Parts: sequence; structure tokens; C-alpha cells
Amino acid sequence: MTESPSGRQLLPVVTNTPVVETGMFGVHGPGDTSGFGGLVRRARPIIPTPQPWGSWFDDAYAAFTAHEGMADAVEAVVIEHGEMTIHIKRESLVAALQVMRDDPALAFQLLSSLSGVDYLDDTTGRRLHVAYHLTSLTHLRRLRVEVSVSVDDPHIPSAIPVYPTADWQERETWDMFGVVFDGHEGLTRILMPDDWVGHPQRKDYPLGGIPVEYKGAEIPPPDERRRY
Amino acid sequence: MTTTDNPTASPYTDTTEGRVFTVTGGDWEETLGRGEIGDERIVVNMGPQHPSTHGVLRLVLEIEGESVTDCRLVIGYLHTGIEKSCEYRTWTQATTFLTRCDYLSPFYNECAYVLGVEKLLGIADEIPQRAQVIRVMMMELCRISSHLTWLATGGMEIGALTAMTNGFRDKELVLDIFEMVTGSRMNHAYFRPGGVAIDLPPDAPAKIREFLPYFHKKLDEYDVLVTGTAPVRGRLLDVGHLDAQGALALGVTGPLLRAAGVPWDLRKTMPYCGYETYDFDVAVAQEGDSWARYLVRMREMRESLRIIEQCLDRLEPGPVMVGDKKIGWPAQLSLGADGLGNSLDHIKHIMGTSMEALIHHFKLVTEGFRVPAGQAYTAIESPRGELGCHVVSDGGTRPVRVHLRDPSFVNLQSAPAMCIGTFVADVIVSVASIDPVMGGVDR
Repeated sequence: MTESPSGRQLLPVVTNTPVVETGMFGVHGPGDTSGFGGLVRRARPIIPTPQPWGSWFDDAYAAFTAHEGMADAVEAVVIEHGEMTIHIKRESLVAALQVMRDDPALAFQLLSSLSGVDYLDDTTGRRLHVAYHLTSLTHLRRLRVEVSVSVDDPHIPSAIPVYPTADWQERETWDMFGVVFDGHEGLTRILMPDDWVGHPQRKDYPLGGIPVEYKGAEIPPPDERRRY
Repeated sequence: MTTTDNPTASPYTDTTEGRVFTVTGGDWEETLGRGEIGDERIVVNMGPQHPSTHGVLRLVLEIEGESVTDCRLVIGYLHTGIEKSCEYRTWTQATTFLTRCDYLSPFYNECAYVLGVEKLLGIADEIPQRAQVIRVMMMELCRISSHLTWLATGGMEIGALTAMTNGFRDKELVLDIFEMVTGSRMNHAYFRPGGVAIDLPPDAPAKIREFLPYFHKKLDEYDVLVTGTAPVRGRLLDVGHLDAQGALALGVTGPLLRAAGVPWDLRKTMPYCGYETYDFDVAVAQEGDSWARYLVRMREMRESLRIIEQCLDRLEPGPVMVGDKKIGWPAQLSLGADGLGNSLDHIKHIMGTSMEALIHHFKLVTEGFRVPAGQAYTAIESPRGELGCHVVSDGGTRPVRVHLRDPSFVNLQSAPAMCIGTFVADVIVSVASIDPVMGGVDR
């Protein structure tokens, strides 16, 4: 992390990942007098934060990795905005959650939230991420465990054996992102109708909508409007 | 022969279609005595359109006589794709959607989200003091209006109609305050990243101060009218048990967890918006039943009044939006009879006198501001429990993902644990004591 002149923390500049978008408003070539056509946006990889992290992060991480197999289960640890994210290999997820809940030094008794995120241009090709937000009532801490899978193989073991509250939240993540939680006994759609096709919150699923005429002008639906 | 006293009832109960039962239930004992109903299970569909299911919740109950042997919940009837829609709007516009999730606690939806955005922007420490105080005050007023709706609808469902008429009457007074401040009674979109949309109108503090002693008196009245009456107590006591361990395993938070003896209130344990500087108590009960939840919520309204009073004392003149002009909404909004709108002075300024101001206004309103890439999870104590918001940014002018961890959604999972093994009538009490709001459940 670096600091901007105003004292705000800036994220590391990425220069060697694939370009995922060029220009703005779709202007390119000689007609582009704005210069916006030259802008590029690159894929943003997961950049592990080097230790020491400060706060309680180092001690908690040491307590976590002291358990058998847990050091190998970690793919990356990212500290940003004062929040700790541990990226875990999916095959070790349930064991890791068990440690998080039962080790008194960690004591994350509550799975607050489980939500999917679709990073369409993830550099590893595993674009579907599931974030588990854990809360420790003992130590008054929060921690994020993240697992990522590809669209072709979207399987993640279910967290229900450790946190029964994951039940509906996993159903929602299946419904919205198509992540299959292996071991979930009733993984059915929960928000969309049972016969719905597709997973609406994936980034390649269209928002839909129709153009609206207002005072003689036609306003396109939100997903076709100009993007910045 | 039948045992009913009804002189017009047919003496014959056996027909070619099988045995006929008297709907009035007069032959109940005889029926049970003959063992014909004993192993008969009926699946009853309750909802989604049912006055006792708090909106469009559908319960599929498997019942044996009056006992519930299985209970499943079907949700999704109010799903409007709010989270997806947010991904196609600017960071500021998203508050307009999120406020409509849990429609009884709109300020909380906005707050969880704007705290997340402010964390990503790195301006959490720069929010003006006045904006924070206004936020806390509006949220606590909202807790009162939300709990009053719970009291009113919950009371109606168990037949305590006085609770309903009184609850809705006083809720209207809170909504009047909301209308005065934000221009709308619900769905305010009042909290914005960086502060609040518009300062309090000059006469709002006086109106809120007027409400406090009135509502204190009304709370005493509720205690006489509702809390102290034997039918209400008898209806709620020992119904819908959920202990602390079960609650935590199911992710249940808020009044349900506190009624099970866990003093977990994010305003105390993980403070935000300056809650650590306010003097208030966390309402806790031990029994973990509907009655305990009732007492916790009634007590919370009194504590909210204490907080609001402190807010009023702290209101110092000052800005209500962060000083950074690249983030703060450029228009000085004004409140008219038809809600929030652009201030005519501002329009005159940008259209008539300053080209730069027009460009700035145009850029910020159409394009929005950029939020540094990353993700954040912020959680606040809504009237129903932990309301979390997971916001993800890729550095652009629109969110990549906004997820609301809605307490109604998670808490509702505990309904089968409370209902199975009890009577059908108690299902209504149990669900009412969860206080789910389907707008938040389905989003």
C-alpha cells in the first residue's frame, strides 16, 4: 500500500495483467477528441499483503496456521480497509471453518454473512468467489474467508456442518451465482421461481429492461446506458 | 348418531363418500375416540397472501390435529433484484434502491451501505459530526417506528387490536417527522456516501423534542393496555422457544438473541456512527420465548428515546456532507411540499453564473465518483438484528457487488425450530416474534 498526497491509502498499481477494457463511452479512433479512448482497465489480481499486518491479524493467523494442514490451505491473505481476508482452497474450507469456530484464540462463533461475488475478469479463471464473513463474539472481531471456483467446476463444500445458518444463504448463492454447495441437502432456488433458467447475479446475465420514452426522447434501459 | 346439540344437524354421518365430519367441531371427541384421525397428517398451506404472515411469506405446515409436525418456509415472492440493479447505477444512486429492501427500517439499509462505501473511500473519519448525529437520531426514530409496526401487526395477529390501533397511531407521528426531514414517509434515500442528503429543517429538532415526552407517556400506556394484560402474556409466554446456542448456530441476531440472554448489540460491541459516546442500556431477557422478545423490544423503544434526547442536545451547526467536493453531492437540495428537489438557487448558479460549477455538477451527477477497488463488510444493529452490507468495488463508478445480509432473511430460518411440535395458533405468535419484513428477506 502507498499513500496519496491527501493521506489516503492507495492500492498497488497493477501493470502486468490482461487488459479487460479500453476507452470510455465506446469512443475510439480519430473521432475521439476527448482522449478517453486511450484509457485501459486491467484485471485486478489478488495481491497478498506482506506481513506484519499489525492489529490482531498476525496472532490470529498464527493460531490458525498452527493447526494441521491449515498453512497449506491458505492461498493468500489480503489486508485492506482494516479487514482481513483469508483466501482458502475449497477442499480445506470446512476444516478451516471448524478451526475458526472452535479454536479459543479465534472463536468465530457466528457466520454473519455468506455471499457470492462474480469477478468476471479474475486472472486465475476462477471468477466465482464466495465470501464468508465470520464474527467473534468473544474477541469482537470480524474476518472474511474467501473461496473461488471456476464456472465450469463451481463446486464448494457446504458450510452447514459447522454453521447451520449457511443453509438459506447457500441456497441464495446457488440461486444467484450457480455455485453448487456439495453436501447441502436441499440446494434449491430460494428467491427466483423453481423453474428459472440461469443465475441472475452473474455478470454475464443481462439486467434486462426496455427503453422508456420521456418527453420525446428515448432513454435506453440501465444496462445499455453509457458506462464510465 | 352424533353428539352435537344442533337440532338441524343430520343424524347420519356415513355417506357414500365416506364419513362426514361436522365442521363446527361438535363431534371432535367422538372422532378422536374412534381413532380415525390419529395417524392422519394434513399439509396446510399458509400464505403467501395471509394476514398473519407479515407480508408474502408462505408457510407449508404439516399438521396432525392441532400440532405442527413439520414446517417449511417458502420465500421469494417479493424478490425485485435490488442487488443486481445496484450494479448498474452509480454509488450514490444505490441508496435509492437499498432503502426499499427492508421497508420498515429504510435508514438502516442506507446506513449499512454508506458506511461500507465510506470505508472503501477512506473517508470514514471525515464524516461531519452533525451528519453522524443526524444519522443516529434518524436511525433511533426508525427503530421506534419499526418496533411500533411490530407491536401493531403482532398485536393484531393475536387479537389485541388495541395494540394495533395505538401502535399505528404513534408510528404515524414518527413518519411525520421523517416526512418533515427527508420529504418522504418511507424509502427516504436520505443517507448518502459522505453524509446525509440535506440538513434538518429549522423546526425539526423542536418537533422531535415534542415527540419524546409524548411517546414516553404512550409507552407507559402500552404497558397498561398491552403488556400488563393477562391474555397477551398468556399468549406469548413459553411460545416459540429459541435458546442462545440455537440462535447463534442459526445466525439469529437482534432482539431474538438478546431475549435468549446474550447481550449482543452491535451499537455496544462494535460501535459505528459514534454510538460508543451515547449513554444507553442494552435490553436483555433470559427466557428466549416470544414474551421475552416482547419485553426486549418494548424496552428498546425506551432506550431509543434516551439516545434521541442525547442527539438533540448534541446538534451543533455545521456541514452535513463530507468536505471533499469530488464526493459530496453538488446540488444543495431543497425540501418542497412534494419531496426533495433541486434548490432553485443552485440551478441559477450552475445555469446562469458558473460554467465550472455546471461541469462539476454534470460530472458528479451523471458519472458519479470513483471508489477505490476492494471490498468491505460493514454491519449495524437494525431493529431486527445484524444488518450487514458487503460492498465490492473494482475502482469504477458503479458497485461490482452490493449484498445485504438482511437479519429478517437469516432470522426466518429459525421459524421451523420454534414451530415444530407446537400448535398451529402458536406458529403465528412465533413468526410474529421473529418480526420478519419480507422486503428485506427477498430484496
